[in-house]
Amino acid sequence: MNMTAIEIDGLTKYYGDLLAVDNLSFEVRCGEVFGFLGPNGAGKTSTIRMLVGLSIPSGGTATVAGYSITDNIVEVKRRVGLVPEVSNLYDELSVWDNLLFMSQIYHVPRGERPSRVIDILRSFDLMERKTTKFGKLSKGLKRRVVIAASLVHGPEILFLDEPTVGLDVVSAHSLREYIERLRTQGTTVFLTTHYIEEADHLCDRIAILVQGKIVVLDTPEEIKKRVRTQSAIRVEFSQTPDVSLLQNLSELGELQHEGRFIRLQVSDTHQSLNVLFDITSRAGVKVESLETGRPTLEEAFVELTGMSTDKIQAEKGGSQK
Amino acid sequence: MTIKNELSGIFYIVWKDLRAYYFKPPNISWGILFPLVLTLAFILRDPTGLRDFAPGLIAMAAVFGTTSMEAIVITFEKRQGALERLLLAPISMGSLLVGKIFGGAVFGGIISGVMVIVAMILFGMEIVNPLLFIICLILTLLTLSALGALVAVSVAEVFEAQTLSNFFRFPMIFLCGVFLPVDAMPIALQVVAYLLPLTYSVNGLKLATFQVTEPLEPLLNIGALVLFLLLLFVLCEWVLKRSLR
Repeated sequence: MNMTAIEIDGLTKYYGDLLAVDNLSFEVRCGEVFGFLGPNGAGKTSTIRMLVGLSIPSGGTATVAGYSITDNIVEVKRRVGLVPEVSNLYDELSVWDNLLFMSQIYHVPRGERPSRVIDILRSFDLMERKTTKFGKLSKGLKRRVVIAASLVHGPEILFLDEPTVGLDVVSAHSLREYIERLRTQGTTVFLTTHYIEEADHLCDRIAILVQGKIVVLDTPEEIKKRVRTQSAIRVEFSQTPDVSLLQNLSELGELQHEGRFIRLQVSDTHQSLNVLFDITSRAGVKVESLETGRPTLEEAFVELTGMSTDKIQAEKGGSQK
Repeated sequence: MTIKNELSGIFYIVWKDLRAYYFKPPNISWGILFPLVLTLAFILRDPTGLRDFAPGLIAMAAVFGTTSMEAIVITFEKRQGALERLLLAPISMGSLLVGKIFGGAVFGGIISGVMVIVAMILFGMEIVNPLLFIICLILTLLTLSALGALVAVSVAEVFEAQTLSNFFRFPMIFLCGVFLPVDAMPIALQVVAYLLPLTYSVNGLKLATFQVTEPLEPLLNIGALVLFLLLLFVLCEWVLKRSLR
């Protein structure tokens, strides 16, 4: 039995002179939830589009569900589902008709179509909306229907491109639960997301992509371990620290500052804490709370991609628009 | 890939397009009103000799019926990202395009059908060769729908699709032989006229509504329409494939 769901070998994509995906090679195992992270423009969506047949690679090869994306894309398409970043079903058709149409063009046996659509509507709590036109739904509901539509033919591999963008908290939570359920059912999930906590929680392995290249591919724990040579100290002061205090603190390590909060990345936690208390007591600033810890996946992401946390937040915000 | 899957894919795309776009009440009422208004305009202009105009009016109804909606439907789906849904489906790109072209042809067929009925009732048009008439009309609808599809896959915005459609539509209408016989045009215009599919549509429909004396002529017009259809289809597929690069 083939244990590899996706095998990518030297996959490359150019848009004119712009190199979007640079000679990618990696594998995704059957049944795993694989996270594909990276800043905007890193090549995540370009990679997915090639794997599902929406874009022709400029170079390299890939097999998806055992079929080549260059030689047998129709067989690939039969076995995969894609939840794109935009909710792209038919506004004029009802939820039911949209899902039924998906079952029809994916060649679900005629007799199974209605029951398959009902099952998926129930799974996504959409039964009450089945006669509503897609165009009349809220953004969050549209997202749910698009996800449901991508699953109606029972794909072996599900590609999710920023699936929780635009979802309310409850819907996003339901989707994460559904992804967990897919994992237990053996469906391979290939997920891109801006929500690093989401990837940390859901993914068995994560690849971080920067400028079309993978900078790290490992389990979330192992990725965090890679940056564990440094630890983080998060401090809340009683008042906003002044410039001279910040300058003194910045000598301890990389410093980020927002209002009354600072975050220091240090190599020796114990010694740094002693110095920190010394500096703050001399400055007469009270420490309200203090937290030390291992780097989060977001912190590892920051270090590995060279992005600032502000930029990550901005991209999260941008993707929510 | 099986032929059965491809055929069912085509069928469901046509059915979806008809339900989602073409069979909406405003489109149906426009589809009925347009031939009636066109007929009225010609009656008011000159009530004599309308029988001779009938094949041209049917061809004009086919032009507007197919290209206007077809170009909007595809461009709209491209803008919404919904065309990607079809590109993701396990059918070939050729079948996807056939589905799209058939949808436009069915809608154009309804409008042309109304025009045929009007022409028979009001103008006294007779169809001498029904087989030739049906073949020519179907080929006309498919060819013009393929032209609409080509326009739509070549542009990004709905207004661009309309502008580019008019670039083809109006020269075709004025040079197809409805208003002025092609043989009476200057040589340069005759060359242009014979490079446009509507000229062969009008010729073919005229031959089917009058007594044909030259047996080869219908075949020439049918052959020309088939060639235009194939050319437009291949171009359409090429442009769509190029967009995936």
